[in-house]
Amino acid sequence: MKIKSINIIVDGTSMSVEQGSTVLQAARQFGIHIPTICYMENLSPYGGCRICVVEISNGDGRAFLDTSCTYEVKEGMVVQTQSQRVIRARKMLAELLVASAPNVKIAQDIAARMGLLKVRFKMEDNRCILCGLCIRMCYEQMNGNALGFSGRGVGRKVSMPFEKRPETCRLCRGCDYVCPAMIIPCQGIKEPGELCGKCTRFEEMANCCQTGTFGCFCEKNPL
Amino acid sequence: MRKVKSISDLEKWKKYIISKQKQYEMVVSVCGGTGCSAYGCQNVKEAFQRELRRKKIGEKVALKYTGCPGFCEKGPLVTIHPQNIFYQRVKAEDVPLIISETVQNGRRVDQLLFEDPVLHKKIASSQDIPFYRAQMRLLLRNNDLIDPTLIEDYVALGGYQSLAKALFYMKPEEIIEEIKASCLKGRGGAGYPTGKKWENCRKAPGEAKYVICNCDEGDPGAFMDRSLLEGNPHSILEGMLIGAYAIGANQGFVYVRQEYPLAHKNAEIAIKQARRTGFLGKNILSSGFDFDVETAKGGGAFVCGESTALIASIEGKVGEPRSKQIHTVTQGLWGKPTNLNNVETWANVPLIIQRGSKWFSSIGTEKSKGTKIFSLVGKVKNTGLVEVPMGITLKEIIFDIGGGPQNGKRIKAVQTGGPSGGCIPASLFDLPVDFDSLKQVGSMMGSGGMIVMDEGTCMVDVAKYFVNFLKEESCGKCLSCREGLKRMGEILNGITEGEGNGESLELLEELAQVVADTSLCGLGKTAPNPVLSALRYFRSEFEDHIQRKKCPAAVCTHLIQFSISEENCTGCGACKKVCPTQAITGEKKQIHSIRNEICSKCGSCKDICKANAVMVQ
Repeated sequence: MKIKSINIIVDGTSMSVEQGSTVLQAARQFGIHIPTICYMENLSPYGGCRICVVEISNGDGRAFLDTSCTYEVKEGMVVQTQSQRVIRARKMLAELLVASAPNVKIAQDIAARMGLLKVRFKMEDNRCILCGLCIRMCYEQMNGNALGFSGRGVGRKVSMPFEKRPETCRLCRGCDYVCPAMIIPCQGIKEPGELCGKCTRFEEMANCCQTGTFGCFCEKNPL
Repeated sequence: MRKVKSISDLEKWKKYIISKQKQYEMVVSVCGGTGCSAYGCQNVKEAFQRELRRKKIGEKVALKYTGCPGFCEKGPLVTIHPQNIFYQRVKAEDVPLIISETVQNGRRVDQLLFEDPVLHKKIASSQDIPFYRAQMRLLLRNNDLIDPTLIEDYVALGGYQSLAKALFYMKPEEIIEEIKASCLKGRGGAGYPTGKKWENCRKAPGEAKYVICNCDEGDPGAFMDRSLLEGNPHSILEGMLIGAYAIGANQGFVYVRQEYPLAHKNAEIAIKQARRTGFLGKNILSSGFDFDVETAKGGGAFVCGESTALIASIEGKVGEPRSKQIHTVTQGLWGKPTNLNNVETWANVPLIIQRGSKWFSSIGTEKSKGTKIFSLVGKVKNTGLVEVPMGITLKEIIFDIGGGPQNGKRIKAVQTGGPSGGCIPASLFDLPVDFDSLKQVGSMMGSGGMIVMDEGTCMVDVAKYFVNFLKEESCGKCLSCREGLKRMGEILNGITEGEGNGESLELLEELAQVVADTSLCGLGKTAPNPVLSALRYFRSEFEDHIQRKKCPAAVCTHLIQFSISEENCTGCGACKKVCPTQAITGEKKQIHSIRNEICSKCGSCKDICKANAVMVQ
């Protein structure tokens, strides 16, 4: 079967891309960078972090912002990835993110890339940025069905069913692997200069974390 | 209950019900809506039952427990038909008097009639009451004539005739054309043309299709859909039946929020009765068309009023919206084409089919046709449900129907469209109410909430209330809505607590625009509207809070101070007794004073002072 190609314009450049691909995929294919957090190849697009917003107009004279990771290409659409409106939105989103989770590396990275110099909101110290990568990894790739969101709004969090590790979790650590917030100080260090090294010893791993940060799977402090 | 198998069956049954109803000389309708239930209409109804039994006139006088006639301010409401005498604020003790005077002797009970606030004249019939006079009640017209738990009442008033007309005299395409010609727009808030939506859904590829009725009405102070579904559930079922036939769907859902137990119960009863009589099920009226409806209960999340979140909720998933690039009319419930409409939209359908699109499109403005139900609440004399033709001005709604301000205060603004709408200042009250003109001034039609505010309302406080409401109701999926609303709430809380600074407003505006621009679903996209419209029309109030650290409406407790005027204080001591923090000192017959450091600013002293000596600054 012949794959239909779609003609679109991204940042003034005409390009022809496969039907069914997203704006993000199309842009990356042609080397145009769009920052992402909650997007990962081979996981379903989620559209939660909103960092990948681009300005889209479908020829009806109305331009709007939408996430490039979820928006499929349409014939004749015009996309701007660096317009003033996009930059303003991304900058504000980065500020919101870094104010909520300043110790998460990807939040700092995004803020730095956006040229953010000052945060105007009260700083918090959240570990999890609710990107949902771990959940999709567990569900879609590992067939684990062990993670999901609970709570609503500001009370939203990643959790296991009834906050207990289900049997379907095989401790594969696929969730850890994809977590963009995992680069945190190891909680196992007790003395300066000492490394706990438990991450490398599988049998002890389940109990390595004492404070219940995201990577913890012990029964006492699940997540 | 008989099975209706054809149009002639329906006619015969209707005639039979009417002949049966004729044996009653009089009908006493007691409102059983939610507002009147809160006033205790259950007791009134029981008193009527007792009294009718005691006087042994139960065979001549029918007692009906109906839906909401709309004038909730004056509940519990009782209407006597056919004389159409309208009694308000009826208590169980008044019932024997009504029976002996009105029912048995045909005389009116004057003290229970509505009194015109200007002319001080008693008004007997509901049509002459100012609250009803300016209204155009098409959808609500039968609410006080029908017992929602009896399908017979609905059939007697011409119910299911539109369905018969649609099934036997119209092709599905013709129905869609008729709806399109009527220019009916979705009443849920966005105002998408209903006919176009139906057409898209009909054309969408797929065998199985669904129709859904959205009764997840969550706006604070809005209860239009609730009253319709509670008071006249069959009209909604009939609308869904016609829609399903036009679209080619065989299964429907009525999604009712958890907090509406009566609406859910009445919908369930209506569905059961419709199944038993053959309006739902296989081969409806022997036309070969199959359709059935189920109810689905929401879990109490505001965001589930959004179509994709609602569909996820019916599917048994977490009620969260998804990206809407692929519309629900092509891929909705279980991936099948789904047509979702609001309760009020469905209720309009039988009317349009029955009386024609020409008649319907003759009502309203150029682009918005028909009537709209608003729940008029807030600082007006007459609160309740009002149904008005599109294009009526805000002034008419607020002053003619609503009766103007309470306690002689000046009305400052009206908030339309609930948390997604905006505030409209009094200077724009000549604005005709329709979809486009409301959008132009920065508000929206929404589902039809209308909250009137007077000078005692602080606009910063209102903006804060709505933002915090939405912050609680945000599902939390996308960053801009979850974090953005939280921060907007923080800034507004700061302003009302006197911590605002020169940058606050600038940051608030910038943040609001980004939240509106980048949020995933309608909740986040429209959430900044109350803030942006308040900033647009009442910026000086925000500036007063920030620069002068004063709240002009004397609402924000951190910014106000109570004091007692030495001139007016009579030394009665009433304020001293009522003060919960013992902040008021003073001997009897001496001038009292308030110690501000322990005053909790509850305002009790101001309410109780007869000499008007307590001042707020």
